[in-house]
Amino acid sequence: MSDDLLIIPMIVPLTAAALTIGFGSHRVVQRVISLLALAGSSAFAVAMLVHVDREGPLVVQAGNWPTPIGVTLVADRTAALLVAMATLVLLVSLVYAIGFGGSEREQDAFHPLYLLLTGGLCLAFLTGDLFNLFVGFEIFLMASYVLITFDGTREQVRRGSSYIVLGIVTSTLFLFALGFVYASAGTVNMADLHDKFAGLPEGVRAGLGALLFLVFGMKAAVFPLFGWLPDSYPSASTPVAAVFSGLLTKVGLYALLRTQTLIVPPGDRQVALMLAIAALTMVVGVLGAVGRTDIRGLLAFHIVSQVGYAVFGIALFSVSGIAGALFFILHQMAVKTSLFQVAGVLERRTGSTSISALSGFVRSAPYVSALFFVSAFSLAGIPPLSGFIGKLALVEAGVEQGAWVVTGVSLVVGLLTLFSMAKIWTGAFWGDPAEGVAVAPIGEVRGYGVMVGALTVIVLMGVALGLAAGPMMGLCTRAAEDLLDPAGYVRLVLG
Amino acid sequence: MRRSIIFDVTVRGVLDAALVASVFLLFAGHNRPGGGFVGGLVAGSALGLAFVSIGPGGVDDLLPVRPRLLLSIGLVLVTATVIAPMFGGNAPLDHGLWSTDLPFFGTVKIVGALPFDTGVYLIVVGMVTTVFEAIGPDVDRDEVQEP
Repeated sequence: MSDDLLIIPMIVPLTAAALTIGFGSHRVVQRVISLLALAGSSAFAVAMLVHVDREGPLVVQAGNWPTPIGVTLVADRTAALLVAMATLVLLVSLVYAIGFGGSEREQDAFHPLYLLLTGGLCLAFLTGDLFNLFVGFEIFLMASYVLITFDGTREQVRRGSSYIVLGIVTSTLFLFALGFVYASAGTVNMADLHDKFAGLPEGVRAGLGALLFLVFGMKAAVFPLFGWLPDSYPSASTPVAAVFSGLLTKVGLYALLRTQTLIVPPGDRQVALMLAIAALTMVVGVLGAVGRTDIRGLLAFHIVSQVGYAVFGIALFSVSGIAGALFFILHQMAVKTSLFQVAGVLERRTGSTSISALSGFVRSAPYVSALFFVSAFSLAGIPPLSGFIGKLALVEAGVEQGAWVVTGVSLVVGLLTLFSMAKIWTGAFWGDPAEGVAVAPIGEVRGYGVMVGALTVIVLMGVALGLAAGPMMGLCTRAAEDLLDPAGYVRLVLG
Repeated sequence: MRRSIIFDVTVRGVLDAALVASVFLLFAGHNRPGGGFVGGLVAGSALGLAFVSIGPGGVDDLLPVRPRLLLSIGLVLVTATVIAPMFGGNAPLDHGLWSTDLPFFGTVKIVGALPFDTGVYLIVVGMVTTVFEAIGPDVDRDEVQEP
């Protein structure tokens, strides 16, 4: 495989975005272009993952400029893994969005924006340059600003505004951080930064490390910078919320992981701080969810809680911890998306996602309820589902490092998550059908089969992750080894 | 709405000059200040002035194509410039510099990145005009309500 091909997951969606803009109101043509582009990108991303795992990372110097002047794109195991999972989730979610209708059917700009989101995400994963990481973030954030407020309801605009303002504040901080990094190290190439940062005074390194942690922490929604997420995500239309909850915070986590391992390895004090933040994120997220009675609002708080687990793994800073965090991020991408998609099916059948209003959905939709059951209990960490594997790996890594307190917290939070999922299950699915809530017959819901088909695929992706835990964990462990020993990465990029 | 003749006449004079200047900036880019983005901004602000002068709904009269087509063509040009060098076995975005002697123009340097810049130019102009197209009808509605 030629190294240059690694731009495919970025350039194909961007080209498709250009074409779908041109085809404006021809929805069928737009759908065909988007589906082909995402199918091609994800197929390639999987092939790239296999190749990178066997033969080593792919590196491209854009414009053939020598490093560290030009922009470097790197697909190592971590990046290839996340790109493959993200593009697959995006492909299935697009099918779901087409079935769901809503803004996809009404707005000409849905497909271009969705494809720009894809291109930006892949760019953020594949770049080897800190400034280019900013560009990737901006591309998918710009698209997300429009997608989150697409229906233009009062609620969406109100909540979307806080999302946009916070996004812009974070991006501005990111830009400042980039300026400081360039001023102190004279480069923004991440491999080059690895070398240059080692020579910087301790205080400067710690300060820049803290600033980068702040920026990516805000993007990933860690405590205490998570407020924007449970506020804004539930107001977005369900297919959009599903994609956002599955993927966007994970890019923040990836950026955190990459900068912490490659540029500023945390010292003991930073590790202690990160562990404390991880524990607080888990607890506050799960407690916030307890008070919610709307399924989507409840799930949004769980995103925060689960981000805590990933930060926990990253903060352990050991091969097993980071491998666990990577596996956990993959699990989240599939499971979180699927849970929001179930909420969308409920919404289309009954017009409501409120736990208190609904009851006995299992009678009218046993199959969808079963899918929810699988995903919800995977999130709660019931064996043999993928959530259990991820949490087990993190707990083992925590015990290995002697981080007893945080490990204990993660177990308690797991229990509370189970309680929360059981609350949705008993509230909305179990019991006698609620009076006064009309459940539309399947035949009357437009695109129902497409939605449920996509939902099935994404639930199966989560299940497959659990069944293939051995090989997947092996891959995550190899990726974590690469991350913690960046010498190979640096040599490859700088030549 | 009361129109200002001074403004209309000035815009008519400025528009063509600004558009030519924007194309100059587009070609001057790469080694000198300018480039697709700056050129696009100049053209976009000139068109913005023209829309204010012509009034809402003037987008269709001023542009021969739908604004979204500009966006589409611009983005295709950009991605094509990224991919094109790969067919020759070079790195993506790879580009060269050629110079030729033309009568009247003198020595002209052509940069391989020019299609990229042109794409950026079209995207910026397309974006500005899309915004004017989008807010146009609302402005119309407000006007009707005025006494």
